[in-house]
Amino acid sequence: MLQEIILAGFGGQGVMSMGQLLAYAGLVEGKHVSWIPSYGPEMRGGTANCSVTISDEEVSSPIITEPDTLIVLNRPSLEKFEQDVKPGGRLLINSSLIDIEPKRQDLQVLKIPVTELGREILGNNRVSNMIILGAFVELTRAVSLESVIGALKKVLPEYRHNLIPLNHKALETGIELAKGREFLHFRSCG
Amino acid sequence: MAKVLMKGNEALAEAAIRAGCRYFFGYPITPQNEISQYLAKRLPEVGGVFVQAESEIAAINMVYGAAGAGARVMTSSSGPGISLKQEGITYMAGAELPCVIVNIQRGGPGLGGIQPAQSDYFQAVKGGGHGDYRLLVLAPATVQEMVDLMEKAFDLADEYRNPVMILGDGILGQMMEPVEFSEEKETLRLEKPWATTGAKGRNPNIINSLFLDPAELEKHNHHLQQKYDRMRKEVLWENYQTNDAELILVGYGTSARIAKAVVDQARAQGIKAGLFRPISLFPFPKVALQEACKKSERVLTVEMSMGQLVEDIRYNLEFKVPVHLYGRVGGMVPAARAVLEEVKRLVNSGKEGKTHDNSF
Amino acid sequence: MITVFDRPEALTSAKTHYCPGCTHGIIHRLVAEVIDELGVREETIGVSPVGCSVLAYNYFNLDMQQAAHGRAPAVATGIKRVHPQKIVFTYQGDGDLAAIGTAEIVHAAARGEKITTIFVNNAIYGMTGGQMAPTTLLKQVSVTSPQGRDAAPQGYPIRVSEMLATLDGPAYIARVSVHTPQEVSKAKKAIMTAFEYQMAGIGFTLVEILSTCPTNWGCTPRESLRWLVDNMIPVYPLGVKKMVEGVKV
Repeated sequence: MLQEIILAGFGGQGVMSMGQLLAYAGLVEGKHVSWIPSYGPEMRGGTANCSVTISDEEVSSPIITEPDTLIVLNRPSLEKFEQDVKPGGRLLINSSLIDIEPKRQDLQVLKIPVTELGREILGNNRVSNMIILGAFVELTRAVSLESVIGALKKVLPEYRHNLIPLNHKALETGIELAKGREFLHFRSCG
Repeated sequence: MAKVLMKGNEALAEAAIRAGCRYFFGYPITPQNEISQYLAKRLPEVGGVFVQAESEIAAINMVYGAAGAGARVMTSSSGPGISLKQEGITYMAGAELPCVIVNIQRGGPGLGGIQPAQSDYFQAVKGGGHGDYRLLVLAPATVQEMVDLMEKAFDLADEYRNPVMILGDGILGQMMEPVEFSEEKETLRLEKPWATTGAKGRNPNIINSLFLDPAELEKHNHHLQQKYDRMRKEVLWENYQTNDAELILVGYGTSARIAKAVVDQARAQGIKAGLFRPISLFPFPKVALQEACKKSERVLTVEMSMGQLVEDIRYNLEFKVPVHLYGRVGGMVPAARAVLEEVKRLVNSGKEGKTHDNSF
Repeated sequence: MITVFDRPEALTSAKTHYCPGCTHGIIHRLVAEVIDELGVREETIGVSPVGCSVLAYNYFNLDMQQAAHGRAPAVATGIKRVHPQKIVFTYQGDGDLAAIGTAEIVHAAARGEKITTIFVNNAIYGMTGGQMAPTTLLKQVSVTSPQGRDAAPQGYPIRVSEMLATLDGPAYIARVSVHTPQEVSKAKKAIMTAFEYQMAGIGFTLVEILSTCPTNWGCTPRESLRWLVDNMIPVYPLGVKKMVEGVKV
């Protein structure tokens, strides 16, 4: 199995850490992984993105030009990357901040208002990225929830482990939203 | 030790410490800043010294002083900064001082950009500064290889008393991959009886690259040249699917990773492609390249430059095989799909008996 | 037989290449005498510059490194950071230190590097043939200021000691001269103080020594000493420019 994922959003939405967590979860499962960030001034206030590869085989090229999955947390990111997604690929959209429809008709689209859900259900919109990551995990099974939690323990310093239950809850919220829903028949839940 | 997920720059820095490097002198420049940031924190923990210099020029001259004093020492930078360091690098080559210099390449010329590139190839492998000299140049393609080559770099530097360059790029520096570190080896490090440590009970040691007598300077140059000849045995390379390949892709570093994916995609479409990846860029693995290309009808270099590696590939193949170029520059990275199209185009034009005007 | 005068151990027997009347020889000797008297010859590493004193590594009987033009303070920083217990000094001229190496000397001083710089100021580029230096005086003739240095196009001479004395990093900065035996004696004392400050680990130390260049000034050795007194000292006043508390000397 080879999963190529691009995650994109505003700097500060947790796009980079979401990507790192995903890569780390793959590593926890003994898979081959890589994570490449966008870097430079665009990170400060502008859009940020990263590429994550999770593979059973050695990763030959970590450069992703045609992702299997695109996760976008803001509108500029959708506009920038939509065209690159592999035909038939997945598109996960934060509908709280993206008020336009994707142009492509050949993608499997899931819209979740994660910014609102984070605020309303969990009282913290800083875990919005975890909700969409949970949905990704449920839909692709690229890594397991347990691996993501295991990765969180490794990525977060000891003194921030008190945040793990909240992140866990956010992941499960995303999983519940995506559960049992076949991508092709499911265009929106938001 | 278990694998950890690390940025290339940070992994490189940690590997330097495990290779016994205790001194770092540098100046900020993107995209290599994580190296100095990591070492600023880590070196004091192991009794080492980190100095942020006033310029790249000062930094490399601090490296000169520390290397001449017998230490394992390094600096790192990117294109514009490496250009500034050339003065110190040629002095170190002339004075035969060991050190490791990391170049996490970005787009040029001039201030260029900060996105990944491979356009400092000539500067790295042909010398870079004034005078006849060479650096040992190692080009990792994965974060793990950055770690593995770091220790080797320090050993080679000491063995040959010569600066060694690790030639990476912005992607390798910024990307995270799983890495495994070996424990710091307590291997016997080379004695440095030539170092300036205070002339206690011996004649003074002098670190110097000045030879005012032309005959002496020529002798010194011959001595250096013999040393560069001796380095030839240090060649490193990787062959991937080259045995029956009709078309060989050649690339180093990040470009080689892309080319490897292209080989797989081409094979899936019935094209016998292979990859030759030089790991040591100087000395260049000439014999291995010729061996890998024995059956191939054409060669395609994949590089993030306007065509630098391609010149050395033509030269090392002695112009016996047509060598083509696929290059992207300025921070643009070759897309596997586009390289595959070029592979198909070359294979088809070969079948039609056409040669490409861009080959030699 | 009693030896009353001999070559210091810290100097080699090599004949220097310095011109007649040049005071580099005296300054070399003073540095060597101080090293001998402190008993640190085997603990000292010197750095020679680019300029007339480029070959200092042949004259000092010490471990020496030859540095690129202006970079001696950076090279010395590298050495001292590796061997903090050793004594490290640079020996630099005015072109080396005050032009191409301005950044290196200012920042070594600002970092308070525990090194000593012997700064020989003769207001001209000697080795390359008498070009204008950053320390060349106004109206002074050189091959690249043939009408005499004019402030409008060529700027003003730099007072390095005073400039560096404004920084917090230096522990001891003094300007001395060697044009009379009395001044030679004071110069040696200043060099001694600088080395002692370094050994006490207090901070950066620099001794600026006014020097002559009869060859490029176009005068006799005797005239050059007169010229130094009449013209250089008014612009470059002698004395201690900075001295922090902390060492009994």
